[in-house]
Amino acid sequence: MDILIQQLFNGLTIGSVYSLVALGLTLVYGILHIPNFAHGALYMLGGYITLSMMTLYGVNYWLAMFVSVIVVGLLGVLLERFVFRLLREAPPLHDKIAAIGILLFLEAFAQFVWGADFHTMTSPYGQVVNIMGLTFTLQRLLIIVSAIAVMVLLYLFLKKTYTGSTIIAMSQSREGASLVGININKVAMLTFMISGGLAAIASSLASPINLVFPGMGHLVILKAFVIIILGGMGSIPGAIVGGYILGFSESLGATYISNDYKDIIAFILLVVILTVKPTGLFAKGER
Amino acid sequence: MKILTKRNGLIALIILAFSFPFIAQNDYYLHILTLSFIWAIAVYGINLLSGYTGYLSLAHAGFFAIGAYSLGLLTVKTGMNFWLALVGACLITCAIGFLIGLIALRTKEHFFAIYTLCVGYIIYLVIDKWEGLTEGVRGLIGIPAPGNIGPITFETAASQYYLVLIFLLAVILIVYRIIRSLTGRTYMAIRNSEDLAQTIGISTMKNKLTAFVLSTFFAGLAGALYASFIRFIGPDIGSTSIMFDLLMYLLVGGIGTLSGPLVGTLLLVILSQNLQFLQEYRMLIFGPLLTLIIIFYPRGITGAVFDWQSKRKGKKMSGVRKEFPIKAEEG
Repeated sequence: MDILIQQLFNGLTIGSVYSLVALGLTLVYGILHIPNFAHGALYMLGGYITLSMMTLYGVNYWLAMFVSVIVVGLLGVLLERFVFRLLREAPPLHDKIAAIGILLFLEAFAQFVWGADFHTMTSPYGQVVNIMGLTFTLQRLLIIVSAIAVMVLLYLFLKKTYTGSTIIAMSQSREGASLVGININKVAMLTFMISGGLAAIASSLASPINLVFPGMGHLVILKAFVIIILGGMGSIPGAIVGGYILGFSESLGATYISNDYKDIIAFILLVVILTVKPTGLFAKGER
Repeated sequence: MKILTKRNGLIALIILAFSFPFIAQNDYYLHILTLSFIWAIAVYGINLLSGYTGYLSLAHAGFFAIGAYSLGLLTVKTGMNFWLALVGACLITCAIGFLIGLIALRTKEHFFAIYTLCVGYIIYLVIDKWEGLTEGVRGLIGIPAPGNIGPITFETAASQYYLVLIFLLAVILIVYRIIRSLTGRTYMAIRNSEDLAQTIGISTMKNKLTAFVLSTFFAGLAGALYASFIRFIGPDIGSTSIMFDLLMYLLVGGIGTLSGPLVGTLLLVILSQNLQFLQEYRMLIFGPLLTLIIIFYPRGITGAVFDWQSKRKGKKMSGVRKEFPIKAEEG
């Protein structure tokens, strides 16, 4: 029983990280219909920037995370402006390939600047806490709390502010949004910025319990794709729920099935879903 | 004027390819060229599916690995004759490709790309973790070189070069025949609009499936040749980085063109050999290159040359029309 609760808690932790990454991916997909393969590289870059801010400049963890969010967010804006905007009228194949090109570049870039080694990030919240027989580090609790806070803020932003509703409007209909006077270029850049920022937050939160290395984004991005297919491409609640479902199934699978094959669970899940329903669960409309 | 026709240029290139071992006295160049021919066969497979039928598959490094491992396991573990194992490897790859294609092709566009990416990853993980069969990360050692056919042996670098060259020419010929036939036109109709193709009575699923199985056949054949050429294989040959390499060869050469795969593969393999010092960081150059090419020259080098040619032709309409065998045409 103790193990079960412990694993559920672990599932909640990794689920939070997955949800944040998947949210960024689903926002971009919802608006521009681009499956951004480079999103995992943004995640990786976010981890590295936080790490180097902390080790090189001795900056506080939260400040380092803030810098990382800004830098990766701006990088997202650049990608939209100089790559994806030029491909807006091109066949869908081209977006994917452009994204793969960016992914390859960013990974080589990280390896060039920081080397291929594995780094550990020490967080100021490494203490071990014991509540009702549950043992965990404070960092794990922090991940859950911050992730939920970020999700609530994002929700409020999208639903309650004017700028947020332009994003929703554009995801419903690009032509409609532009007819009522929304500057779709600005909205697209903003969306990429938020998406990059979310990736940076996710990796800055997750790095202290994982490792930082050039390939750290590979599995995360593949799993994020699984999540957004699970939750419906472009659906925001879907990404959150899907993230937690995957988090739980992985942590339980690792304990009760096999630790070696825990990474395969997500892909088996995806293969099964797409086999049964080729457009994904909860597919929106006719697309 | 008549000497410089497309046909003669093609013949000259083939003669050049066949006489290359006599020109290049260095086995190293032969090795590089043989290797790039093997990759090119796999890229032709991807091109048939992604370029002509319009389905971007990211699982082909996996099929390449299946071909390589099938050959390796058949020859090493069961001691089967090389040629029999080669046929066996292709059949195994096709069979697995058929089963995966049956399911994968129900999905479209982005879903297909993501689905095949995940399938490729599963193939890689299975090869990596199933130590009982594949030896896992240790890799498969001691794969025999191609067996003799009568008096012909394949021990020297030159003879292996010829073997791979003949396979490559056969693959190009098959692809050429396919895309010039009704089947090829059907593939392109599916690429241009699947709904429209269906409306005029094309069984899209059947055609997509044949294109998929054919393309896995080429990938598997390339994998099997790779295994017998390098004589050692590890799970890394099925990794996504190999997939992205193949995709880049295709994109730079020209997706959806006949000569693109060969041009792109030769160019990039030779280029990366000359940039050895960059090995780890070559993606710093190739990554942005891939993105720029897809933005500005979506049909790669070959496509750019074609465009330039037709522009030139347009300008020279009044003057003498020159037939100009551009190297990229078939080389």
